[in-house]
Amino acid sequence: MIDNFHFIVVIIFIGLGIYTLMFKKNLIKIAIGVCLIENGANLFLITLGYKKGAVAPIYTYAPSGQSMVLPTPQALTLTSIVIGIATTALILSIAMMIYKHYGTLDTDQVRRLRG
Amino acid sequence: MNLSNHIPILIIAIPLLAAFLVPLVGRINKKATGILTTLALTASLILTIALAVKILTVGPQVYVFGATSPSLTLPSGLKFPIRIMFEVDAMGIFMGLITAIVTFLGAIYSLSFMEKHDGLDKHYSLLLLLTVGMFGMEFTGDIFNFFVFLEIASIASVALISFRGTDLGEPAEAGFKYMVVSSISALIVLFVVGIFYGQYDLLNFAAIASVMKYSQLDKIALALLVPVLAMKAGAVPMHMWTPDAYSEAPAPITMILVAASQASLYALFRVTFSLYNINLNTLTVGWVIIIFGLLSMFIGVTMAIIQKDIKRLMAYHAISQTGYMLLGVGVGLAVLANPVALQKYGITAMEGGIFHIMNHAMYKGLLFLTAGALFYRTGTRDLNKMGGLAHSMKYTAIFFIVGAAAIAGLPPFNGFASKLLIYESVYRFNPLLSIIAMVVSILTLASFVKVFHSAFLGPKLPQFKEVKEVPRSMIFAMAALSCIIILFGLFPGLIVKNLVHPAVVSLIEQFKYTSIVLGGM
Repeated sequence: MIDNFHFIVVIIFIGLGIYTLMFKKNLIKIAIGVCLIENGANLFLITLGYKKGAVAPIYTYAPSGQSMVLPTPQALTLTSIVIGIATTALILSIAMMIYKHYGTLDTDQVRRLRG
Repeated sequence: MNLSNHIPILIIAIPLLAAFLVPLVGRINKKATGILTTLALTASLILTIALAVKILTVGPQVYVFGATSPSLTLPSGLKFPIRIMFEVDAMGIFMGLITAIVTFLGAIYSLSFMEKHDGLDKHYSLLLLLTVGMFGMEFTGDIFNFFVFLEIASIASVALISFRGTDLGEPAEAGFKYMVVSSISALIVLFVVGIFYGQYDLLNFAAIASVMKYSQLDKIALALLVPVLAMKAGAVPMHMWTPDAYSEAPAPITMILVAASQASLYALFRVTFSLYNINLNTLTVGWVIIIFGLLSMFIGVTMAIIQKDIKRLMAYHAISQTGYMLLGVGVGLAVLANPVALQKYGITAMEGGIFHIMNHAMYKGLLFLTAGALFYRTGTRDLNKMGGLAHSMKYTAIFFIVGAAAIAGLPPFNGFASKLLIYESVYRFNPLLSIIAMVVSILTLASFVKVFHSAFLGPKLPQFKEVKEVPRSMIFAMAALSCIIILFGLFPGLIVKNLVHPAVVSLIEQFKYTSIVLGGM
């Protein structure tokens, strides 16, 4: 059970994110919800790369006989964090534009497109 | 150095380089941005055609990044592919051709259509980035790389949808919806990448497919991937973003967005066929896709009939036509495990579905461009306010007739060819499905007769006295699409035999897809 603790944290993150997206009416809170899901996915990737007792894959001072970590998940997470920043910036800037035109961030009132 | 080995990366690298050159050029000369974009996309189009010829004659092409030789998939001493690679087979290049044609014509159309807007350099820069994202999604052989290109395409398309958001509220609203939808789908794809990596330590599509154990986790991964990719493709019941995004984006961008959602559709087929193939319970998954298709067809067309906004109406038709592709390929997937049925009608159904992807990109692109032409001259998208425009916009009216006849499936236009393939093969699988597809087609015709009547027919209205034909670059883009539509309608056998059939075969034969990466293993 305790070995899988990190997966529970991942699920809590993603679950909270989905809850925020479904039940919150504020555009900024929706942006926070997307961020929460993103953090959950990043945490999931980074925990997959963890290996107990292994060292970073730098050859120079590596103690002999000790196993090394394959750095792929770290590289993936780094990429996805960078992409996440772009996504968040874009969501927030669009929320700003919506506020400018509608004067509100409430999703119930930002509803000119329908039908 | 043999340059012809590097075509797959050049197709992506040229627009990517141009995307960052365009803002610099825009500092010096505003007009030059559009021309630079068109040139870059022309180069991409020519290279895509060259690659298509090579793939259809020689076989699938692999391009490995950072290897001593671009086709070296397995570094010495390693038993699994570790580098990022592009794997372009007949299906990938089929989608690549659609992307190349659509983006090239979209850029040409933009030359006049966007002329009066501010921030032209940003428009073209984003258009090129969207192109890069779409090509990447179609060519890549690596699931994480797919996620990256999916995000590039999403971010660029969101920025393009809300491009007019500085002046109006609606585009920003549509952009917000699409942004939330696409970031969720991309993050779910990332989560699935984690599931695959955790199990197999692999990220390559082909390598994962070859060691797939079809465990409980793989089933969860499939159950996550199918809905999110269908959502990005705009299938009902996850279609809420489609009409908003398609109607609020500028017309040339809407045309490209149609092709971008088809790139997600391609990914859906790639996952179900090349990644899982016969391992999965094909009947169940096939029926899930068929039901997505049926719902999209029917709800899309019924929602379209009541619309008054011309682009919103067309957007609902886009949902409805996506249903045909899902239906055709879904039937093929449902009978995948049954070789007799697959030979009898499964392959034909898939040919119909895949051929419909290209046909739809062409005629729906043309229809959105004609809607853009009407908006360009009249300044409205409301059908009730239009009327009598055929007097002053003769060419646009003719192009609209071509597009409307093609979407309704009238011969001799291309929609007829692919719909007939779907009808006759799906009828042998389940007659009811085929009948629903035909009814939807009739409703589509009814809806477009209404549009034609209210926009083009009738007496000349006084408020549109000044309206004249659209500029030449817009005519050129629409004429090129009309030519393609008529050409495909007149010689469907040629296209199906040379382009569509190889694409279907490369989807069905999973082993061919995996063996080219894994070599002699």
